[in-house]
Amino acid sequence: MAVSGLIFIGFVLTHMYGNLKAFGGHDSFNEYAHHLREFGEPILPHEGALWIIRLALIVSLVVHVACAVALWRRAAKARSVKYVVKKSKASSLSSRTMRWGGVTLLVFIVWHLLNFSIGKINVQGGATDDPYNLMVDSFDVWWLTAIYLVAMVALGMHLHHGTFSAAQTLGLTNNDKARRNAKAAGALLAVVIAGGFSLVPIFVLAGVITK
Amino acid sequence: MPDTTNTFDASHTGRLDDEYDDAAGYYVDGDPIADTKAPGGPLEERWDTRQFEARIANPANRRRLSVIVVGTGLAGASAAATLGEAGYVVKSFCYQDSPRRAHSIAAQGGINAAKNYKGDGDSVFRLFYDTIKGGDYRARESNVYRLAQVSRNIIDQCVAQGVPFAREYGGLLDNRSFGGVQVSRTFYARGQTGQQLLIGAYQALERQVAAGTVKCYTRHEMVELIVVDGRARGIIVRDLVTGEIETYFADVVVLANGGYGNVFFLSTNAMGSNVTASWRAHRKGAYMANPCYTQIHPTCIPVSGAHQSKLTLMSESLRNDGRIWVPKNKADCDKDPRDIPEEDRDYYLERIYPAFGNLVPRDIASRQAKNMCDEGRGVGPEVEGVRRGVYLDFEEAIGRLGRDAIENKYGNLFDMYARITGEDPYSVPMRIYPAVHYVMGGLWVDYDLQSTIPGLFVTGEANFSDHGANRLGASALMQGLADGYFVLPNTIRDYLAEGPFEKVAEDDPAVVEAQESVRSRIHQLMNTNGTRSVDSYHRELGNIMWEYCGMERSADGLKKAIDLIRTLKQDFWRNVKVLGAAETMNQSLERAGRVADFFELGELMCLDALNRRESCGGHFRAESQTEDGEALRHDDTYAYVAAWEWAGADEKPVLHKENLTYEFVEMKQRSYK
Amino acid sequence: MKFTLNIWRQPDAVTAGKIHTYELDEVSEDMSFLEMLDVLNEDLNAKGEEPVAFDSDCREGICGSCGLMINGEAHGPEVTTTCQLHMRSFKDGDSITIEPWRADAFPVVKDLVVDRGAFDRIIQQGGYISVNTGAAPDAHATPVPKDKADRAFDVATCISCGACVAACPNGSASLFVGAKITHLGELPQGQAERDTRVVNMVAQHDHEGFGGCTNIGECTAACPKEIPLDVISRLNWDLHAALRHGK
Repeated sequence: MAVSGLIFIGFVLTHMYGNLKAFGGHDSFNEYAHHLREFGEPILPHEGALWIIRLALIVSLVVHVACAVALWRRAAKARSVKYVVKKSKASSLSSRTMRWGGVTLLVFIVWHLLNFSIGKINVQGGATDDPYNLMVDSFDVWWLTAIYLVAMVALGMHLHHGTFSAAQTLGLTNNDKARRNAKAAGALLAVVIAGGFSLVPIFVLAGVITK
Repeated sequence: MPDTTNTFDASHTGRLDDEYDDAAGYYVDGDPIADTKAPGGPLEERWDTRQFEARIANPANRRRLSVIVVGTGLAGASAAATLGEAGYVVKSFCYQDSPRRAHSIAAQGGINAAKNYKGDGDSVFRLFYDTIKGGDYRARESNVYRLAQVSRNIIDQCVAQGVPFAREYGGLLDNRSFGGVQVSRTFYARGQTGQQLLIGAYQALERQVAAGTVKCYTRHEMVELIVVDGRARGIIVRDLVTGEIETYFADVVVLANGGYGNVFFLSTNAMGSNVTASWRAHRKGAYMANPCYTQIHPTCIPVSGAHQSKLTLMSESLRNDGRIWVPKNKADCDKDPRDIPEEDRDYYLERIYPAFGNLVPRDIASRQAKNMCDEGRGVGPEVEGVRRGVYLDFEEAIGRLGRDAIENKYGNLFDMYARITGEDPYSVPMRIYPAVHYVMGGLWVDYDLQSTIPGLFVTGEANFSDHGANRLGASALMQGLADGYFVLPNTIRDYLAEGPFEKVAEDDPAVVEAQESVRSRIHQLMNTNGTRSVDSYHRELGNIMWEYCGMERSADGLKKAIDLIRTLKQDFWRNVKVLGAAETMNQSLERAGRVADFFELGELMCLDALNRRESCGGHFRAESQTEDGEALRHDDTYAYVAAWEWAGADEKPVLHKENLTYEFVEMKQRSYK
Repeated sequence: MKFTLNIWRQPDAVTAGKIHTYELDEVSEDMSFLEMLDVLNEDLNAKGEEPVAFDSDCREGICGSCGLMINGEAHGPEVTTTCQLHMRSFKDGDSITIEPWRADAFPVVKDLVVDRGAFDRIIQQGGYISVNTGAAPDAHATPVPKDKADRAFDVATCISCGACVAACPNGSASLFVGAKITHLGELPQGQAERDTRVVNMVAQHDHEGFGGCTNIGECTAACPKEIPLDVISRLNWDLHAALRHGK
C-alpha cells in the first residue's frame, strides 16, 4: 500500500506540473499533452511510454484499493461489537478519513477520466479534441470547479496522512525526528499538490485563464 | 542503611529469664526440626557438594516426570521455564490473566549480585555477611551463602535474556548502592527492575510453552493440595472463569505463590496476593516458619480515607535527600506545613539518631513514624480519628541542589506522588507513612527448598529461608530468581530421580476427600447468605493485625488480637455475604476463600509473635527493648526458626524449633545511635 | 462527589450484555477510579445485586491487569492506567460510561473483564531470546551502547494492558508487537532471532484477529507507558528486512 501510494505521489506531482502549464497558455499546455504521447520515441512506439505509465498506475490502483479493502475488512472483523462511546484522542482528521476519503477520490478519478481522458466530455458542448480548450470549457462551469476543489481537499487530506503512513509502513520513521519529518513532509505535499491542482480551476473560473 | 554494628555481648544484657513463655497455653511443644540436606564442610563448597550429590533424573525419563508450579512471579516463572528446558513436563498455574502480571512486576529498586563490577571490595562473602547481619542473625548460613554465590549467575542469565539493565556510557552495567550498604552491588532498570526481570522470566516461560514443555493455566487458583501416601502429588484448582473445580496430578508440586502481606488488608502487595496455596499446604502438613517476620517499609504514601484499597511504596532512596519531620505542637498538625516555622518542627529522626538521622534502617524509621502519630503529632487527613502521616520535606534539598537536580533524581517518584495525592511535592512536603511490604516468614523448607511434605517444594517469598528476621533492600528479586533459576532445578532432581511415582487414582480417598472439602467450603461460602461483605471482614482483620501485630507487638496486644481474630472468623462463617454463582467468574467468592485463610494465618502470626519475646529484624516486641527504646535480641533463647505445625482446626499448633548456629559470622547486636 | 455510572454488564462470554446505570454518591476525589468501583460494589452487594467484575491487581500502574474504556477513552482522560486514575480528574455530577476493551481478539469474559491471552500467544511466537538457564556468558561479555540500552528499556516498559488495541480504530496490536520487536531488536543479544521473531510474531498477531495498522496513532496516545509510534516503524523495517532475507 505504501509503495503504490508513493507511486501516486510521484504521479500527482508530475500531473500537477503539467496542469500548471495552463498558465503558459494554449500552446504550451497542448504541446505538453502532445509530447506525453511522443515521449520515449523512437525507442518506444507512439504512446508507448504513456501506456507503461498508465499500466503502472492501474496496477498501483488495484493494489492500493485491494490493500485498503483488506484492511477495512480486517478492522471490521477485529471489532465486531462497537463502543457505546468512543473518543479520538490524538488522531488527525485526515488519518480517520482515509477510507471514505479514498472512496471519494476513486469516484472522482472515474469522473476525471471520463471528463478529460476516456470520455472527453465537454459539459458546455464544445469541442473535445483540444485539451486546453476542453479544460477551460470545463472549469468555466462553477459546479465542475467545485467538484474538483472538493476532490482536491480529499486528495490533500489523503496525502497528509498517507505520506506519513507510507514512511511508517516502510520503516523509515524509527525515531522522533524522522517521525516529525515524515509528518511535515505529509503536510507539505498536501498543501503543494492540492494547492497546485486547485490553482488552474480557480484561475479559469476567475477568468484569468481563458481560451 | 549505614553499617554501625557494635560488638555486643547479648549474653549479659540480653539474658532472659526462663519463666517467660508468653504463648503458654496457645501452643504445644514439638520435637526439634533440623535441615538435613545442607552439607557440612567449608561454606564455599557446600552448594557444589549438594549439586554433585543430588541425583540426576535420567534425561530420557524426564518427559515422564511432571511438575506443577503454582505462581508465575520471579520464583515461579523462572522455575517453570528452567524445568521445562530440562525436559520435564511442567504445568504452571496463576490466578492472573497472564503469567506476566505476578506481583514481582511491581518491585522497583533493584537486584543485588556479588559481581564486584565496581571493584569496591564486594565479594560473595560480603553479600553473605550483609544478608546474615541484615536478617538480624535469624537466617541459615548455608542458605544465605548459596544465595550470594548464585546471585552472580542471575545477572548473566538476565542480561542474556535481554533484560535492559541500566548501563554506563561505556556500555557496561551500572550499579548503585542500595539500602545503605557500603558497596555498589545493585543492578537496576530505572525504577522498574522487578518488571524487567519478570518479563525476562515470563518470556523464557512462554518460550517453553511454545516448545510444548510447559502448559500455562491462567486464571486458575490453587485451592487445595493433594497428598497421597505422604507425598505431594497434585493440586485442586478453581478455574476462575468457569468456576469449575479441577484436579491436576504430578510427581512433584512447587509453590511459588509469593508473600501474604495482604493479611493486613492494606499493604503494598497486589489486590490478589494471598496465602491460600501456602495455607492449604500448611493444613496438609507443611510447617509454617517464622510467620510473624514482616517487613514494614517506611516510605509509602499514607492512607487518604476509609475507602483505601492498597498502599503504594516509594523508593526509600527518597530518604537520602528528604528530611522527615512532624510539628512539635499538636495544634499545628492541621496547618499548611509551609506555614509552620522551622523552630516548631521536630526532625525527630535527626534528633533521636544524630549519627544517622533520616537514614536509619527501615524498621526504626517506621516505628518512630508510628510513635509520632500515636503521640498525636501525625499529619494529613484524619482517618478513623488519627492522622497517620509524617512529612518528608525536600525544601532544604531543593535549596541546596536546585530543583533540576531533585527532578533528575526523583522525578518519577514525585510524579507518582502527585498523581496519587494531587499535591505537588516540589512545593508542599510529601506525606509518608509505613506500610507492610514483604514477609520474611513462609513455609519451612530445607536446603533443597523442600517442605516438610515430601514432594512439596517452596520457592521465593513463599518460603522462609534466606532473609532471617529482615530482608536487605534489593534482595527479594535476587532470592526469587536464585531459587527459580538455579537452586530448585538442581535440588528437585534429587527427588525426581526417584520417580516417576505410581499414578494417582482419580478415586483415591485422599483425592476424593480433597475435592469434597473444596466443594463443601465453596458451598458454605455461597450459602451463608449473611449481611457483611467479604471486604469488610478483610478490612477489619487488617486493622487488628496492623494494630497488634504491626510495627510494635506486645504480649497483651497479641493475646487480644488472637481473641478478636477468632471472634471475627466465627462471625465470618456465619454472616458473610457472597452473591452470584460459584459456577461463573465470581470475584467475591475468590476473595472470600482468601480471607478465610487469612484469618487462620493471622492467628498463627500473632501466636508466633507472642512466642518470640525478643525484638529482631522486622519483629519488635515492646517487652524487649533497651532503655533507649531500641530493639533487643535474645540470642540465647530465640536463635531458632519457629516452625509451626497445623494440628487441626480446634487444636493448638505444634512448635518445632530449628536451632540456628553461626560458624562463620559472629552474632552482634546492632546500634544506630 | 456524585456520579452517574453507565456500566457494561455481561454475565458471561456467551450471553449478550448491556449498559446498566447506577447512581453513586459520596465519592471522594482522592479515590482512585477502581476504589470508586469498589465502593459501588460494596453498595451493590448490600443491595443484593451482584458486584461488577473488573480486573485489577497491583493497583500501582505496573501489572497491566486493569483497563477500562472510560467515556470512550482507554484508561480514561489521563495518560496513566485505570488504577492510577483518580476521581479528581472528573467533575462532580459527571456521567461516566464504562465499557470493556472491545476487540474480537479480546473476548469479554464477564462485565468489564476481557481475555487477553492473545498477547501471551504472540509472545510465544518469538517474543524472547532463546537462552537456556545456565547457558549465559558473563554479563559484561557484551557491552551495549547506553543509548541502545535506554531505548530497549523505554519500549520494554510495555505493561501488556491492551489499551493500544482498545483505542485503535482498526483493533490492531501493532504497538504491542512493535514494542517487543524493538526491545529485543535493540540489544546485541536479540540479533540472532531478529528475522524469525518479527515474521512469526506478526503472523500470530494476524492469526489472532487483530486489525491491521494504518498509523493513526490512537494507540500511542492511549498507552499509559507512552510507547512511541516509531516502534511500529521499527516493526515494519524488521519485517521487510526479514522478508528480504527470505524468512
